[in-house]
Amino acid sequence: MKFVDEFRDAGRARECAAAIHRLVTRPWTLMEICGGQTHAIVKFGIDRLLPESIRLVHGPGCPVCVTPLETIDQALNIAARPEVIFCSFGDMLRVPGSREDLLSVKARGGDVRMVYSPLDAVKLARMHPEREVVFFAVGFETTAPANAMAVVQAKRAGLPNFSVLVSHVLVPPAMEAILGAPTNQVQGFLAAGHVCAVMGCREYEPIAARHHVPIVVTGFEPVDILQGIHDCLQQLEAGAATVQNAYARTVRAEGNPAARKMVGEVFEVIDRKWRGIGLIPQSGWGLAPEYAAFDAAERFGVADQTAEEPAECISGLVLQGVKTPLECPAFGGRCSPEHPLGATMVSSEGACAAYHRYRRMPVGSG
Amino acid sequence: MADETNDFHLSCPVPITQYPHVVMAHGGGGRLMNQLIDRMFVAAFGNPALEERHDGARLDPEGRQLAFSTDSYVVRPLFFPGSDIGAMAVNGTVNDLAMCGARPRWLSAGFIIEEGLPMETLWRVVQSMREAAAAAGVQIVTGDTKVVDKGKGDGLYINTAGVGVIETGFLIRPASVRPGDAVLLSGDVGRHGMAIMSVREGLDFESPITSDCAPLAAMVLDLLGAGIEVRCLRDLTRGGLAAALNEIATVARVQIDIEEAAVPVTDPVRGACEILGLDPFYVANEGRLVAFVPAEQARQALTVMQRHDPGRNACRIGVVKTEFPERVTLRSRIGASRILDLLSGEQLPRIC
Repeated sequence: MKFVDEFRDAGRARECAAAIHRLVTRPWTLMEICGGQTHAIVKFGIDRLLPESIRLVHGPGCPVCVTPLETIDQALNIAARPEVIFCSFGDMLRVPGSREDLLSVKARGGDVRMVYSPLDAVKLARMHPEREVVFFAVGFETTAPANAMAVVQAKRAGLPNFSVLVSHVLVPPAMEAILGAPTNQVQGFLAAGHVCAVMGCREYEPIAARHHVPIVVTGFEPVDILQGIHDCLQQLEAGAATVQNAYARTVRAEGNPAARKMVGEVFEVIDRKWRGIGLIPQSGWGLAPEYAAFDAAERFGVADQTAEEPAECISGLVLQGVKTPLECPAFGGRCSPEHPLGATMVSSEGACAAYHRYRRMPVGSG
Repeated sequence: MADETNDFHLSCPVPITQYPHVVMAHGGGGRLMNQLIDRMFVAAFGNPALEERHDGARLDPEGRQLAFSTDSYVVRPLFFPGSDIGAMAVNGTVNDLAMCGARPRWLSAGFIIEEGLPMETLWRVVQSMREAAAAAGVQIVTGDTKVVDKGKGDGLYINTAGVGVIETGFLIRPASVRPGDAVLLSGDVGRHGMAIMSVREGLDFESPITSDCAPLAAMVLDLLGAGIEVRCLRDLTRGGLAAALNEIATVARVQIDIEEAAVPVTDPVRGACEILGLDPFYVANEGRLVAFVPAEQARQALTVMQRHDPGRNACRIGVVKTEFPERVTLRSRIGASRILDLLSGEQLPRIC
C-alpha cells in the first residue's frame, strides 16, 4: 500500500539501523513526543534494533493520557444527564474518571456516542434540536483544527444545542516543562510529525536554541522513526542542536496556514493542567471569548469540579520520561488494561498500555 | 473505581467485581468477555463439554459422536456488502460445528423481530437463510418466533443452534495442539468487520470492502477426508485472528509464533484500518479459519484448502512452540518479536 509499505520495509529499516550503529560513539537519551510513535516503537520492536547505549524515553504526547481526571469527571457528569447526547472519540470511552468511565455511563442509560469527527456531532445537533449535543474536544494541535471547525459551523448554523468540553494541550510548553525539570534526562527530541503538519516547525527553534537540544520532526512508520532517531543522534554526535525535518513528505516549515487560522480564531492560549504532570502555564487552548457560549463546562455548571489522582499511579513520571512502565510496582498486577489505575494504561497510545500489550515477556530481537 | 486491588473470588450475588453493569466490551471478544464467560457462565454451568472451551460442544450419546453449538446474530445493518444477517446466522453455526470436525446436519432458528419490521425485509432474510442452508447441506428443522415492542430491538435478531455428526477419529480441540504443529490460515483477514464498519459509520472508501461471510464445512471435511491429522480448528469471528490464537494458546498451554508478513490483508482493509487506527489482526471475520496440523502435512493441507473458494488464499502463518506457554508472539515486518495480545474489549478508533 502506497506510503505505508515503503516505510515498513525490512531492508530499509535494517539499513537505517546499521547507519545508526556506525554513527553512535556514546550513550544518548532521546524522547519521542507522540504516543503514536511510542506505540509504533514498541509494536515493531524498533528500540531493539538500536545500540544498547541508546535509550528511548516516552513522551507526554498521548491526548487521552494527559486529559486531567477532573475533565473526565466533568465529561461523566455531563454525559449522565438525560437531555445530553455526549459524543467522543473512541479511545476516550474507557478512560477511568474518579469512579467510572464513559462506557459505564452508557451502560446505565446515558446517551454516549462514538464519533469519528467532531462534525458528526454538529450533524447530530442539527438532527436533534430537542437534545443537547456535547462533543468532548480533547487532543493536541492535531485534533484542534477539526474541533475548531465544528464550533465555527455550529455558530454559523445557529445551533444553540451544541457545545464542546475542551481540553486541548500544546506540545512546546510540555517540552519546556520536561527540559526545565531537575530530573530531566532527555538530550534530543523526536517531534510529532502530525502536530508539525498543522503548526509547522518554527515554534521549536527557540526551544532547541535555549536548551541546546536537537529536535527532529519525525513520522510514524518504522523507517520514519529510525530516520528521525538517526538524524537526532547525528546532531548529538556532532554537538549540533537544530530543528530538522525528517518528515518532509508531510510537514512544511509553516505548517497548514488554513488550519492555524481556524484554530487561532476559535481558541486562545490558556494555562492547562496535565494529568499526572500538573499545571503547565500557557500550555493549552480554551475557547476564545467570542465562542464562550459553546463551552459545555460552563453550560452544565461543572467548570469548578476538581478531582485527586490515585496516589499509586506513576503515570506523571512515565509521561515525563523519568520512569518506564516496567519500573512501576503496580504494572501488570494491580494496574492492567482491564483495571487501569491511570490513563497511560488505558489509552491505546499510552506507554503503559503499549508495554502491557507487546512486552510482558522477554523476546529476542531475532 | 471499584476495588481494583482485590483479585476475583466467586461470591454471591454478582461475581463480576469491576463493572457493576454489563458494558459493550463484555461482548467484544476480548479479555473482558472471557472473564464474563469464565467467572459467570462456566462457573455456574461447568461440565466437561463446556470446559473444553471449543467452538461447539462434543457429545457422545450411545457411541455416536455429535457436535452441538449455538450463536446469536445482532448485526446492524441487516444487509451489508457481501452478505446479510440471514446468511451469517446459518454460516456462523455451520462453521462452529465444522470447527469440531463435524458434518453440520440440523439447525434451529430463533427470530426476535421488532414490531414494524417490513415483511419484505424478513422475507429477504429468510430467503438468504434458505440459500445458505442449501449451500452448506443443512436443514433448518425447528424454530421460534417472538415479536418485541417497537424500539426494543434492532429490527431483527436471529439465534441459530446446530447439531453435526463427527465422522473423524481425531480429537479436534485446542488441547490436541502439539509443539511443532504448523499454523495455517484460510485467507485474508479483517474484511467482515471493516465491511460492517464502513456501512455503519458511513465511511466511504474508494473500493468497497465486502464481508468474507462463507461456509467452511466443506473445506474442513475435505481436509479430514484427505487424511490430514487436524489437531485444532477455529473460525475467526469477533476479536479476529488475535483472539482465536490467544484462546488456543491459553487452553493448549503452548506458544504460537506467527510471521506478521505472512498474514494476508487486502489493501482496502489495510487502508481503512490505517485511517481508523485499528489493527486488522483484531477485526472480525465470518468466513476464515485457522487450522493446526502436523508440520509434515502442512503443504498437503494447504493444497486441499486452496481448492475451496473461502480457502483460495490459504497460507502458512506460523508454528507452535513451547518457550513462552500461553502466549502468541509475532515476528514483525522489520524482524523484531513481540506479543500479539488479547484486547480488553473491542478496538476503539484512535483520536489521532
